[in-house]
Amino acid sequence: MKDTAIEFRQVSKKFKGAGKPAVSDVSLTIREGEFITILGSSGCGKTTLLKMVNRLYEPDSGEILLFGKPIAKENPMELRRKIGYVIQQVGLFPHMTVAENVSIVPKMLKWEPGKIKERVEALLTMAGLDPEQYGKRYPRQLSGGQQQRVGLARALAADPKILLLDEPFGALDAITRSVLQDELLKVHQEMPKTFLLVTHDINEALKLGNRILVMNEGKVCQFGTPREIVQHPEDPFVETLIRSAREQERLWEELL
Amino acid sequence: MTEIWTGIRMYFETNGAEYLLCVKEHFMISVLALLTASVIGIPLGYLCVCRKKWERWITGAFQVLRIIPSVAILILLIPVIGTGVRPAMTALVLLAVPPILMNTAAGFSEVPAFMLETAEGLGMTERQMFWKVKVPLAMPMILTGMRTAAIEIIASATIAAKIGAGGLGGIILTGLGLNRTDLLLIGGISVALLSLAAGMVFRLLMKLQPAAA
Repeated sequence: MKDTAIEFRQVSKKFKGAGKPAVSDVSLTIREGEFITILGSSGCGKTTLLKMVNRLYEPDSGEILLFGKPIAKENPMELRRKIGYVIQQVGLFPHMTVAENVSIVPKMLKWEPGKIKERVEALLTMAGLDPEQYGKRYPRQLSGGQQQRVGLARALAADPKILLLDEPFGALDAITRSVLQDELLKVHQEMPKTFLLVTHDINEALKLGNRILVMNEGKVCQFGTPREIVQHPEDPFVETLIRSAREQERLWEELL
Repeated sequence: MTEIWTGIRMYFETNGAEYLLCVKEHFMISVLALLTASVIGIPLGYLCVCRKKWERWITGAFQVLRIIPSVAILILLIPVIGTGVRPAMTALVLLAVPPILMNTAAGFSEVPAFMLETAEGLGMTERQMFWKVKVPLAMPMILTGMRTAAIEIIASATIAAKIGAGGLGGIILTGLGLNRTDLLLIGGISVALLSLAAGMVFRLLMKLQPAAA
């Protein structure tokens, strides 16, 4: 049994003016090195849950622990520098080159310039982008898929133990998405890191996650391995999800 | 036509030094007015974005001031601060603040929310977010505002001569008084060239911005 990486203890969050809580009484434990996908339809609270881990949102009640330490006691800036963060819009800074974007967090952590340069080169190579060729380019000179590769490299720059990904491939075409999913899986296999990835695509959730957290209306419907979810849905919402995915599959079979 | 040409040539032969002084005065007044307007307009523009409640009041106040013609402000200011450079400067600054303020506000409010969220998610402090993300992304718009302001200032500084602030307006006023086309042309074209030069300088500055596509 590996160490606990993230623990949610009765975490709830309600936004001002909203009728229902975005996240309601969530308790769960994520072990180090797991790849968790959080699956749910829009507005189910999955992004809120993710953003509470790096304190972009603060829970109203309950607490979140990283490696046994409550995050509420940590300096939010220092905490975030230790956690990788990737979003759908990528959010590369357009006025910085690819290399500058990737070196943001190491620079804030005051790494030595030589070490930063080395790290940036290693990460871009890992992301399949030649550092010589791409390092000096600006984000707008890259394709959507390349931009998200850089986004991932930037998130991994300071070697964080935890990586949060908020629908990172949502804006990409099907082929690029599939390629990047495979690359992400490879990255995860090579590095002993804990990944949390939010998605509304059940296929993506099943493909990437070693455990899937299905959420609906701020509550956890089921938390289990892809096999458990598909074979033994514990909740009507999970059943509906799987049925709709199956129906799509049937459409494919009819066409073939 | 030849008469005008000889007039112009004669002017430069006999009054070359005076002409250069006029250009220098015009330039200095314009630069000073632009800098003052920027020092007022850029922070106020940023404030408009931070405090939405104040935006209506700040922009409203400067819009009203903008409607008043510069000449009217000049005349109105004479009883208050007399003649010379100071009232002229005040009028020019009031004229130049609105474009800088509006463009600054637009520049900062156009920084996408997801960009700021990413900056926050990476662990940037408020200060780092301001200097490393917001300012560089708003800079092209701020420069656009300053360019508009610079061109307006250079054109309007001409009338400052009317209350003794000097500059190229002096040559134009003399030309009007003596009905001399050569002087009108010298003054007018010089002002036009200064405006064009200012426009080019700002276009160059904007090109140097990495955020500009």
